[in-house]
Amino acid sequence: MIGLVLLCIAGTWLNGNFATPDNAMNVLTRTAFIGIIAVGMCFVIVSGGIDLSVGSMAALIAGSVIMAMNALAPVVGSPVMIVALGMGLALVLGAVFGLAHGLLITKGNIEPFIVTLGTLGIYRAYLTYFSNGGAITLDNDLSDVYSPVYYGSLLGVPIPVWVFLVVAIVGGVILNRTAFGRYVQAIGSNEQVARYAAVDVDRVKILTYVLLGVCVGIATLLYVPRLGSATPTTGLLWELEAIAAVIVGGTSFKGGAGSITGTVVGAILLSVISNILNLTSIISVYLNAAVQGFVIVGVAFMQRGRR
Amino acid sequence: MSVTVEFDNVVKDFGPVRVLHGVSFALEAGRTVGLIGENGAGKSTLMKILAGFETISGGSLRVNGQAMRFASSRDAEAQGIVLIHQEFSLAEDLTIAQNLFLGHEKKRGWLLDDASMQHESAKVLAQVGLQMDVNTRVKQLIVAERQLVEVARALLRKARLLIMDEPTATLTPGETQRLFELMAQLKADGVTMVYISHKLDEVKQVTDEVIVMRDGRLVAREDTHSVSRQQMASLMVGRELSNLYPPKAPHPATAAPMLKVSGLTVPGWVEDIHFEVHAGEIFGFAGLVGAGRTELFEGLLGLRPRSAGTIELQGKLTDLGSPRAAARQGLTYLSEDRKGKGLHVKFGLRENLTLMALERYAHPFLDTNAENAALKTAVDDYGIRTGNLQSSASSLSGGNQQKLALAKVLHPHPKVVVLDEPTRGVDVGAKRDIYFLIQRLAQEGLAVVVISSELVELIGLCHRVAVMRAGRLQAVLEEDQLTEQEHPLSRRLRRAPQPLG
Repeated sequence: MIGLVLLCIAGTWLNGNFATPDNAMNVLTRTAFIGIIAVGMCFVIVSGGIDLSVGSMAALIAGSVIMAMNALAPVVGSPVMIVALGMGLALVLGAVFGLAHGLLITKGNIEPFIVTLGTLGIYRAYLTYFSNGGAITLDNDLSDVYSPVYYGSLLGVPIPVWVFLVVAIVGGVILNRTAFGRYVQAIGSNEQVARYAAVDVDRVKILTYVLLGVCVGIATLLYVPRLGSATPTTGLLWELEAIAAVIVGGTSFKGGAGSITGTVVGAILLSVISNILNLTSIISVYLNAAVQGFVIVGVAFMQRGRR
Repeated sequence: MSVTVEFDNVVKDFGPVRVLHGVSFALEAGRTVGLIGENGAGKSTLMKILAGFETISGGSLRVNGQAMRFASSRDAEAQGIVLIHQEFSLAEDLTIAQNLFLGHEKKRGWLLDDASMQHESAKVLAQVGLQMDVNTRVKQLIVAERQLVEVARALLRKARLLIMDEPTATLTPGETQRLFELMAQLKADGVTMVYISHKLDEVKQVTDEVIVMRDGRLVAREDTHSVSRQQMASLMVGRELSNLYPPKAPHPATAAPMLKVSGLTVPGWVEDIHFEVHAGEIFGFAGLVGAGRTELFEGLLGLRPRSAGTIELQGKLTDLGSPRAAARQGLTYLSEDRKGKGLHVKFGLRENLTLMALERYAHPFLDTNAENAALKTAVDDYGIRTGNLQSSASSLSGGNQQKLALAKVLHPHPKVVVLDEPTRGVDVGAKRDIYFLIQRLAQEGLAVVVISSELVELIGLCHRVAVMRAGRLQAVLEEDQLTEQEHPLSRRLRRAPQPLG
């Protein structure tokens, strides 16, 4: 948190454009996708799991949703209805993919790293196959109806930022104030103890992956109207950015303890870094990933004593 | 050459908490000293300072007359001081030989000299009486064998002062005897030993003198033959220990059983087990480590597959598939493995207490105030001693952790509670508290099952005791057969076990 404030002061000092409301909203809107996924990822990591597939999953959901909406266009009259159906489909697909992960990990007894490493390849390959290596593009009329979901704003704040805020608050309440959230922490802290304490370990674990899948669905339904297309590079490396946001936010990679607030701050911090690099010329934009990498290792270094 | 050690006014602080308040005594070379005291008395901390695992906060430590400040266990080992931990510190996936030389590998140039290490390992294994290939992986060893590997490691380090912290906690009587023989041999070689244990009869058997600690201070030092076990216990607790066990309540009239198990079989562990427990009854399970008592109840809870048998809870036939299903139907289980299965040591007291009954506090958001109120009540009811209600479970001493674990499994208000080794690693004072608590539970109408490896405990506490051997129920002893002479029980236990057919 202190790091974020310092970074913002530095950004303001380096470039007058940084501290404008326009730029702030721009950064937050860009953060929204990763941020929303990171909230879901936080649950999975706190429970002691990991999901490497979220970027590919987002790409496949985006492609599938666009294809479905295009196919519905001649059948269903109202474009608004089609968009609503598409958004619904994004959530359902996310939940289904998450459920599949959860079942393979718990009932199939396979390491989450392996399961999601596999699906990472599967999802992206299917998207590439469907798009024939190119782009799957949303019908123009539908695109016009859909675009306010990304470009619109409410009370001067872009829609994706509102959604990010709501997801973060709901996530925080679930993790800290419900029995489910307590079980997630208990399982990540010590799975055996949780099992002996009559916690339904498998069910809770599956739900964390479903929750993450739904978060990916939400992020995707916000992302589709931005470009109106899905390509084999859609969502590339999102998984690493989401995991980085969670870890920078102070969540233990081993599970057990974590914070949604931290995750949100972590996600914003990482995109503020790239924003500052874009606006100033002290460090080349090409080194963006390197600077983020230094921050991740640095934060982990500072936190190592607390575990 | 032997080692002499003098502690002079040793002080140790953990943050603001002072755990050693100026301890002074000397250890003479070649003697075996029993170090006893309740959990949290500071025994382990003092010995960790001696072995280089903790640093001293005040006072001084002299070894062979020279003031010492060990920065690591390596420094202490260089002086011939080796500590064998309560918890093993062996790398499971490495072989015995690799473990024995871990951190002290022999090299020839840049490469490891495996041949010479294996040769020396074999020699030292023979010395401790472990007949095993030095290339066996440690994870294939049973607990007693691991203990011997630890001792062998100490010998390899040329230990002249050997500190053993609860070495027999997980050993069977036969294995314990073997360890004692080894200790006698070491003593004959002039090795000084410090023996930390809660088992006072063992302390009586193997030590020359006892040092008693209480609340971070030395309270007594006596020749072992001049004090009785009862006196040792009183010195540890700091008051006369009146009867350790509560007076037995009369056996409840045999109403319908609360829990009835018929023909239960857990493949590979137990076969064809029948028993029933009534409301208000304390029912014991005796047997050696490996007799299948824990596995029986893990099978009952659905943690291990069952191949046959029926379970009736409160007269209703049920099929318990998981600890959750069991808890819903009024049966909870306290694991023997407190840190591995019983408590979340990094969690707070509150989170541990309410975990099994969390639905009660979720409407749908957790009511933290009600949780805190429940914790306050539990701390009073169960006599959990803690300075800070917000601290984590790891900050409690062993006995208080055990009371918290008990409070946790009782929090869902079960009708039947299974307590597996409820007093393992717990000091005399806490033991007494737990016995009285168990008695109170039974009087409140719970059916209580107690699994224990301490026969005396079962005799003192239970209405009836089931004896298990090699996965089978040998007998159920009625109250009039339970006497201090422990004849039927121990005779049945000591008979050589037969493998499961």
